Amino acid sequence: MDLDGGSSSTISTGARAIPGRPVRHGALYQFTQQNLPACKPVLTPAAVISTFLLMGFIFIPVGLVTLRASYSVVEIVDRYDIECVPEEYRSNKVAYVKDDSVSKNCSRFLKVPKSMRAPIFIYYQLDNYYQNHRRYVKSRTDRQLLHGLGYNDTSSCRPLESSDDLPIVPCGLIAWSLFNDTYKFSRGPSELKVNRKDIAWKSDRNHKFGKHVYPFNFQNGTLTGGAKLDPTIPLSDQEDLIVWMRTAALPTFRKLYGRIEEDLEADDVIVVNLKNNYNTYSFGGKKKIVLSTSSWLGGKNDFLGIANLFVGSFSILISIIFLVLHLKSPRPYGDTAYASWNKKSISS
Amino acid sequence: MARGRRIRARLRWSNLYTFGCLRPNISEEVPHPLQGPGYSRTVYCNQPQVHERRSLFYCKNNISTTKYNAIMFFPKALFEQFRRVANIYFLLAACLSASPISPFSALSMIAPLVFVVGLSMAKEALEDSRRFLQDVKVNRRKASLHRGNGVFGLRSWQKIMVGDIVKVEKDQFFPADLLLLSSSYEDGICYVETMNLDGETNLKLKRSLEATLSLDNDGAFKDFTGTIRCEDPNPNLYTFVGNFEYDRQVYPLDPGHILLRDSKLRNTEYVYGVVIFTGHDSKVMQNSTKSPSKRSTIEKKMDHIIYTLFTVLILISFISSIGFVVKTKYQAPDWWYLRPDDIEYQYDPRKIGLAGMSHLITALILYGYLIPISLYVSIEIVKVLQATFINQDLQMYDEDTGTPAEARTSNLNEELGQVDTILSDKTGTLTCNQMDFLKCSIAGTSYGVRSSEVELAAAKQMASDLDEEDSDLSNFPMQKKGNAPWENVRRDEEIELETVVTSKGGEDQRPSIKGFGFADSRLMDGNWSKDPNAAVILLFFRILAVCHTAIPELNEESDSCTYEAESPDEGAFLVAAREFGFEFYRRTQSTVVVRERLSASGQVVEREYKILNLLEFTSKRKRMSVIVRDEEGNIILLCKGADSIIFDRLSKNGKKYLDATSRHLNEYGEVGLRTLALAYRNLDEQEYSDWNDEFQKAKTTVGPVRDAMLEKVSDSMERELILVGATAVEDKLQKGVPQCIDKLAQAGLKIWVLTGDKMETAINIGFSCSLLRQGMKQICISTANSDSVINDGKEVIKDNILTQITNASQLMKLEKDPHAAFALIIDGKTLTYALEDDVKHQFLALAVECASVICCRVSPKQKALVTRLVKEGTGKTTLAIGDGANDVGMIQEADIGVGISGVEGMQAVMASDFSIAQFRFLERLLVVHGHWCYKRIAQMICYFFYKNIAFGLTIFYFEAFAGFSGQSVYDDWYMILFNVVLTSLPVISLGVFEQDVPSEVCLQFPALYQQGPKNLFFDWYRILGWMGNDCRHGCCWYHNVHLHHLGCQLPDCLNNEPFYMDTTPLCVGQHSQLVPLSLIIWHAFSSIFQDCIPNIG
Repeated sequence: MDLDGGSSSTISTGARAIPGRPVRHGALYQFTQQNLPACKPVLTPAAVISTFLLMGFIFIPVGLVTLRASYSVVEIVDRYDIECVPEEYRSNKVAYVKDDSVSKNCSRFLKVPKSMRAPIFIYYQLDNYYQNHRRYVKSRTDRQLLHGLGYNDTSSCRPLESSDDLPIVPCGLIAWSLFNDTYKFSRGPSELKVNRKDIAWKSDRNHKFGKHVYPFNFQNGTLTGGAKLDPTIPLSDQEDLIVWMRTAALPTFRKLYGRIEEDLEADDVIVVNLKNNYNTYSFGGKKKIVLSTSSWLGGKNDFLGIANLFVGSFSILISIIFLVLHLKSPRPYGDTAYASWNKKSISS
Repeated sequence: MARGRRIRARLRWSNLYTFGCLRPNISEEVPHPLQGPGYSRTVYCNQPQVHERRSLFYCKNNISTTKYNAIMFFPKALFEQFRRVANIYFLLAACLSASPISPFSALSMIAPLVFVVGLSMAKEALEDSRRFLQDVKVNRRKASLHRGNGVFGLRSWQKIMVGDIVKVEKDQFFPADLLLLSSSYEDGICYVETMNLDGETNLKLKRSLEATLSLDNDGAFKDFTGTIRCEDPNPNLYTFVGNFEYDRQVYPLDPGHILLRDSKLRNTEYVYGVVIFTGHDSKVMQNSTKSPSKRSTIEKKMDHIIYTLFTVLILISFISSIGFVVKTKYQAPDWWYLRPDDIEYQYDPRKIGLAGMSHLITALILYGYLIPISLYVSIEIVKVLQATFINQDLQMYDEDTGTPAEARTSNLNEELGQVDTILSDKTGTLTCNQMDFLKCSIAGTSYGVRSSEVELAAAKQMASDLDEEDSDLSNFPMQKKGNAPWENVRRDEEIELETVVTSKGGEDQRPSIKGFGFADSRLMDGNWSKDPNAAVILLFFRILAVCHTAIPELNEESDSCTYEAESPDEGAFLVAAREFGFEFYRRTQSTVVVRERLSASGQVVEREYKILNLLEFTSKRKRMSVIVRDEEGNIILLCKGADSIIFDRLSKNGKKYLDATSRHLNEYGEVGLRTLALAYRNLDEQEYSDWNDEFQKAKTTVGPVRDAMLEKVSDSMERELILVGATAVEDKLQKGVPQCIDKLAQAGLKIWVLTGDKMETAINIGFSCSLLRQGMKQICISTANSDSVINDGKEVIKDNILTQITNASQLMKLEKDPHAAFALIIDGKTLTYALEDDVKHQFLALAVECASVICCRVSPKQKALVTRLVKEGTGKTTLAIGDGANDVGMIQEADIGVGISGVEGMQAVMASDFSIAQFRFLERLLVVHGHWCYKRIAQMICYFFYKNIAFGLTIFYFEAFAGFSGQSVYDDWYMILFNVVLTSLPVISLGVFEQDVPSEVCLQFPALYQQGPKNLFFDWYRILGWMGNDCRHGCCWYHNVHLHHLGCQLPDCLNNEPFYMDTTPLCVGQHSQLVPLSLIIWHAFSSIFQDCIPNIG
């Protein structure tokens, strides 16, 4: 309140300076007197109806454009987790996937419905996989990923901070459960080249995973989770790991595997030679492989377009309803009987 | 000045007073047997070293009104903070945040809490430091203290000890409760102004013991010692029991000997006193109750919302935990990537009970974002800023006194917008407590051409009625063309008003004299001597100049007198007499000297009137008389009094002007003036001396019959009077009061006036401030007459009052005209009964039906009781406004207390929540600021809950997709900053700057104010509406993000499923854009459009 006292005293001296009236202009005066010019839209029926109409006219084209972009994306999705289990193991898929002696090779044939422009993104999609579980999300040490063995406090990696009294790099459940299916693509006789570089975030590679940190004592425990890592390659170059370590927000998620940098023509048949190593069978998850092009808006997603279309058409519908109501029973504008305080007393 | 002092020093005022001061012989009183509990205090006068010993150590004279001290501040303020339920919850959450149960990092739980609590504590510290500085200022005041050997020296108040001798000079405050020893007057009296104690502006007389009269100079205290035994400190201002032992004799003490701290010495050069009670022992400090901390209704309701949210929190935590238990028990054992074989207890499917319980705690913390942690602190910030705006409003700045409006407590801003009933003091609040001699009727002729405020108001009303035909005011301003239609309207009114003023009162050029608003050339400048009735007019002026008890104070510079009068009316009479050429100039013990200018020539004659007897004014007698012997030796009784009393006492030949005068009196009464009738009686010597013998006999009687005897004797003299004329003075209303009351009435506020005045005056004022209007039906409730009160039993009176109330209610029910307005007028004595438990509800029911209520002759305590009755009986918000200490009770009792500042006596202001310099500012304070603040706070709180619920629910929705594991969607930093940084400014700016309509519109359409009292913006209907919207929006946000995610493959976000990345900017974006958008456009469109088109359904 000191502030107030001070300013009010300046006002009073101001009042003295100019006999009669104190200073009554200037931005500061306007501000302190809460008189700054302001604009308050008056919601007349005409204004409301035309605004809704305008909203409709803006949203519908935006929705159409977005939807078009989404439709221009060609996407091939193929679920392979069931088909790739040999007939004899179909009743006990978990045993199959855990049995290292059985070959996990499998071939899938994908038909390209429309021509696809490069780059074509290859994703693997997992369903019902809780990468967002609190225990799972926490089970990592960012400092160790950056500094390697030099960083000792790996308690947050529980239960996989060490094995045989030796620290694990990278530690934690996330790294331990690294996805280990592999894919090879060929079109006809020729193998399609898959670019597996630059699939992870640049910031992750440069700032979060150390350039001189090498995997150590990884997957050496009694239980092997997922993929093994080449101990000669630093973590910053282990892009599959980096991609995997960026945990997914939802139990259904896609992760980038690589890019095909050739155009694919319609009716081409792509052969996918994959190794079906990863265990999603024990918790009933699904595995899918996805090939997708991209548009200026990203991948295939109809939601934005549909949402825009919905809002647009809804606005137009409302504007029409309001227009009809306004024409049918117009009301003199500014009728105080409908003022909120009067209305309440009428009803009560 | 020096001369005046000498004159007064020679006087013994006691001779002037007949009733009040002639006490029976003192020796008959037995000293109080001061023993037992409650009477343990012993004061050794002038022996300060005695009181330094422990057994007799009394508290020091420094006072402290601070809430905290330096050492205790931290723990105490911290304790205060954690008395809020929400803060305790967050504290518990912060304590748990270090454990693995917590879903967040410790920092993200502790940082916002520390920030929020720290900010609140900083505010407390700032407020308390202000109080501290004020205390220091008071404690460092200097007083003149006896240092020994008859030497006095200045010392600060805080060093004064019990038993010290203090010398207080004119216009100084007493530093502690003192026993008066002697004064500059020979007979040891002094005048005291007790404005700060009881709000009464008139001077009170205090008198020292005869025994100590000789101690009237510094040197006399060299060897003075004495002992006082008296009661313990207590808050009773009007009692004191004690003995004074001096010179081996014991004298009883009574309240008349005691000078109380915080009252002021007036009209007396100096007094000596012994300190009895110091510091917090003094009566005024004992009396100061801690002003109750008030909370606004909105805040109380907000607590309920918080409780509701806690319920919601617990509910969804349970849902979440059940989900977790199901998921963990039936699915988690198969999630090999979680290593269910090697798992902590809080996820362990094998110990599902423990896991479920710990998850419940996790969930309670996780969904804590439903409870806005920064709500209280944000509201505090907003209210302080709102208060700043109130303080800075130049339209509530009084340029005469230089006082701005001040929001002394900022936590009631929004309550200003919800006031239902205003309880107002009259004197000093509605009126200036300054009487203006406006008209008079002499010898059946009415003089005085100026109009009273009632006449002006009536003229203005007529003018605006005419105005109303041109423009229909009930329409909205939008319909009118022109950029500022309301300004035009107002300007029109001003023009009309000005023309009225100029046409009615033509002589405004005359320099205005305080207390004198009279203008009539027939009497002014000595012209009266040409009048045929000059002799009567002369007598009239003489009565004005002689019949009073005032003391003149000669102003050396201008050689004119100012007067210290008992009542402002009397002062106005003397000023009027002076202006007419009869200047009351000097008063001696038994004479009054008047300088009379008998003709226009300006020749001044000094006339001395010998005062033989003075028959005092009492409220029961309603008249006062003096019996004087003029220079010719004639004995005359001059009398002034209430017209009804005087008219009954006229002699047969004294009724010559009765008809004309009573007609004039009615006219004066109608225009809101206070009237008195003047009369005289010629006495012959024999008649007088016979009567005087009787009178002296009555005077010397001892015992309870004395007063009755005196009255009887006086009564026998005040008969056979001859009427001279009547006076009409105006209790000047403060500027703009009628207009303000009018607007407040239009805003739907009920106005009660609680006044100490008598009924007639109160009704007059009611008319002049447009509280009462012609055509209003007045219901007067009073006990039939004061005498019967003594005789009848209490029950009879109560029954009588009850019948009156029922009759009045019946009358109101039978009233057919729906626009009929009623006014209730009740007096204090009746109120005593009406406030008793069995009657008060009927009384209240009647009173709330009336448009205006006037309570007359009410005591300060009754004011508070009435306020409480209204507050508790109706459950509506009450506002009390007053200026004096007698209003303090009322101000503290009401939901909002407003003090009038700028005049002397800060007691009311200190107790108030808001202070304004003029009553008329109340209109702007309520209709503009109250309206704004109410809307701002109501919307801000809703917005606050909105953002937090919507945000908290996204966390809950996400849980369903994260296996109810207790993982939060948002990054820790986002969580830390969400409440205190990211979303605080939009809410605060809404709370500080939102204006639904500009101030001009608020003032032009006072009915807008009704939104507040009806609580349209913060009822449960609306709150639940907001909450429903929260759930919807939270759902929308989440699923927008979620659905977008399912297919999103932005070229930049190659990896497609970044955990935190997408949600964070989207939510911030939605707060900055979507929230205002959806709020202002969508919400406003749909709801207001529905308002525009009736009956959609």
